[in-house]
Amino acid sequence: MPGWLVAGVATVGAGTYLGWDGFTIQLGNLIVIVAMLVLFVLALVLPFPGGKGRK
Amino acid sequence: MTAPTKPTHSVPVQDDDAHTWTGKARRWMLGKLPPDKLLPEDQPSYVMSWAYVFGMGAIASLLWIIVSGVVLGLNGPQWYHVSSLGSFINSTHLWSVELFFMFMVVHLWLKFWMAAWRGGRALTWITGMVSFVVSIVAAFTGYLLQTNFDSQWIAFEAKDALNAVGVGAWFNVTNVGQLFVWHITLLPLAVGAVVVLHVLLVRVHGVVPPLEAAGSDAQLHDSDPAPSQTLPPVTAQESTKAGGAA
Amino acid sequence: MARKESSSTSWRKTDDLASRPWTGRVREYDLLKELTIGVVVVGLLVLGVSAFLGSPDEPSVSLKSWASAAPADFVATATKELAGTSDTAGYGPPYNATPDVSQKIGPLDLQSLSGVRLPVDTANDFVVGPLEASPSPPAALAEWKAATDQQHSDWAAAYSDALAAAPDNDPSKVAAGAYGPVPALTGSLLEMARSGALDGVLQGGGNFYNMDYTRSLLFLGDGGYFPDLAASQHLSGDQWGVMNETGDTPGQSWLWLFSLLYQVEPFKSSPSVDALAVFTMLVLTALLTLLPFIPGLRSLPRRLPVHRLIWKDYYRNR
Repeated sequence: MPGWLVAGVATVGAGTYLGWDGFTIQLGNLIVIVAMLVLFVLALVLPFPGGKGRK
Repeated sequence: MTAPTKPTHSVPVQDDDAHTWTGKARRWMLGKLPPDKLLPEDQPSYVMSWAYVFGMGAIASLLWIIVSGVVLGLNGPQWYHVSSLGSFINSTHLWSVELFFMFMVVHLWLKFWMAAWRGGRALTWITGMVSFVVSIVAAFTGYLLQTNFDSQWIAFEAKDALNAVGVGAWFNVTNVGQLFVWHITLLPLAVGAVVVLHVLLVRVHGVVPPLEAAGSDAQLHDSDPAPSQTLPPVTAQESTKAGGAA
Repeated sequence: MARKESSSTSWRKTDDLASRPWTGRVREYDLLKELTIGVVVVGLLVLGVSAFLGSPDEPSVSLKSWASAAPADFVATATKELAGTSDTAGYGPPYNATPDVSQKIGPLDLQSLSGVRLPVDTANDFVVGPLEASPSPPAALAEWKAATDQQHSDWAAAYSDALAAAPDNDPSKVAAGAYGPVPALTGSLLEMARSGALDGVLQGGGNFYNMDYTRSLLFLGDGGYFPDLAASQHLSGDQWGVMNETGDTPGQSWLWLFSLLYQVEPFKSSPSVDALAVFTMLVLTALLTLLPFIPGLRSLPRRLPVHRLIWKDYYRNR
């Protein structure tokens, strides 16, 4: 995976794009998408602070 | 008004003999969503996960989108090109939009895996999807109003999609005057209305219980009555609302 | 009471736990306080990210910058407008009534629905009209207006071919031929653009106020300069451009599926690519919206129990 990222990076103008074949993704978009996936996983696994007392 | 009416109370009463449109509407609304259900002080015990913060995050982001958008709009479309404060506010508008979509999409993913449409909550799912779609259109019109190279290109390309389905003559994305009405007035109102409806539906139906929850589960049998009841004595309509913020 | 598990993922309101109000254990919860905390946290996040990353603002392209940066392209485009061979001239509704060019979904021709509601006559609107409005209209205009439509297209088509054949497509290196007033007209238009006058005249359309940029954008897009600039920024349709933004800033990543359609068959090479893509997205969006009613899809959460993580506390204490 790191090899793919390094090989595919092409800086055109001011934008950084990764990709191969017909698929290119902008670095900014990739970060946003990865961030969403990370948040999703964290929401599932992170323990939630205990309830504020039961009534 | 000469018909005999009950004196008005400060606490809403179940008036089964409401005979005016207003009275009937009030009765229906209060039946669906009494005040303690709209603004409860507790929530079901199973609402214990970080999964539940994303809807709130989306709404908070929406608030900042509106605030930054108002500042941008009031200063006119050229301001952010020439002022560094303007450029900063433009950034806050952009990033609150990115956060808005990030929170909303993660919220969508989580709600899917929770099968949150169960128990008569189909409309909650549908209004959620509609707010997603309307938000996308709102964001699209926003990108068109940047008055820079990006908006030129987006307008030039998007006209093809709209013309191809026959609406381009009316929804003319190269007409900036028209776009202001869409982006600043109509679409924010639409997003706001659908989001409000969505949230009210969540309050009406309650947060969906866990999948495979069973009647024998401990958390169903350990309940204490919630203390903050300000409603009058239970009537036939009230009997299904025992305890909790469901 | 027998243990009755509610594992149905139907949307229906029945007698199960999901359909009834929760009568079980509750926790204290301050809705407004949580909302306030959320607003503050998100606000800080927005301010922080904005301060660090800023936002892109690529300056817009004007007819002046186009004429200055790519004069050969400008002249070639102006010639095509006169010849009626540009993309705009052959677009069809809503700009003109060119037959048999609209996009279709099967037999359905939605593009023609509106008729010609935003009429654009490329020769007159982009070239002849602006030249007439310029401070010193070229004499060649009289020759153009006295000629027939057939002569118009003959001259312009011939000049268009000659430009394409010339070294560097340079108008000054064009072979001799019967081009009529076309070289003079396009040359004058180039000068008018370079001076900046054309931007105001074409955009204003004779009015003081005009916020309708249709003509300016259509003319810009008919050339190669503007689309090439976009391609250099990865904004073209075949570069996933729909979801991209200039520079490194994230764009509209939520348009990923719409972008994807433009990269694959049968969309990619279809002349009705836009109609098909829009239609497909409408169908898929409708399906997702109506998901609660779709058996199979709606039972996925039950079959792939991600919820066991969300409600792990509940399941642990049952």
